[in-house]
Amino acid sequence: MRVEITDAVIPAGEIVAGIKAGSDGAVCIFDGIVRDNTRGRKTLHLDYEAYREMALEQMRALAAEAVAQFGVRDVALVHRLGRLEVGETSVLVVVASAHRGAAFDACRWLIDTLKKTVPIWKKEHFVDGAIWADGEAFPSGVGVQGSSAAEARLAGGSGEESDRPADDAHMSESRYGAPGSVGVSKSEAGE
Amino acid sequence: MRVCVLYFGVLKDLVGHGRSEMNLAESASVADLLEAHRGLAKGREALWESIAVAVNQEYARAGDVLKDGDEVALLPPVSGGIEGLERYAG
Repeated sequence: MRVEITDAVIPAGEIVAGIKAGSDGAVCIFDGIVRDNTRGRKTLHLDYEAYREMALEQMRALAAEAVAQFGVRDVALVHRLGRLEVGETSVLVVVASAHRGAAFDACRWLIDTLKKTVPIWKKEHFVDGAIWADGEAFPSGVGVQGSSAAEARLAGGSGEESDRPADDAHMSESRYGAPGSVGVSKSEAGE
Repeated sequence: MRVCVLYFGVLKDLVGHGRSEMNLAESASVADLLEAHRGLAKGREALWESIAVAVNQEYARAGDVLKDGDEVALLPPVSGGIEGLERYAG
């Protein structure tokens, strides 16, 4: 399994060519690239930063879990950090498998899970300012808050987690729960 | 005891630096460390509620007890990968 965090251009073609083996019937590729706008606001470039050592460990664990869970033969997972221009690849997921179903499923699961649990952040630079992109809420079992905090957040919105855009570049605090409920209750540290 | 605290993303900008040393009482928990950062949460309650904490690069819970020399990272919701990944509506 090729799992890397790099500051250089991701050699997508080389990675895809390198993963193929005779027993494979499918290679599924997800190539995440920098879009030129966020909700119509023109993007100049993005800066990615990570808690590098932890992010790499998390990515290794995800790759291993994908192989175990979906039965695919091999996985490559590469994320780039630093300044990225429009059109450049920020993350590449490649899954090789005997059959396409497992390859598609594993690829989708890998990018979705990476986005929620691997400690990488991006700052979006626009013509008229810069902002840290809102991430998705941490899944239960990862966030430090208890379930009650998560429920409070949902209660502040429509109650549907999927209502929240995956990449809301605005700090829309009104979507969350009651202001003032700061801090952590030790008794609510369960799942 | 003394722990090293790391700040990332928007938290790094709020604090003004990415790392600091912090003195805590013996057997202080993750929750106690967060409590010591209460000033940081002022006016940013939504962000504060959504953060995760890692101790020595493993996700931690509020009740986890810290020990001398631990590396504690405060993590805002992550946003790696790409932008605009669609979520399934149903």
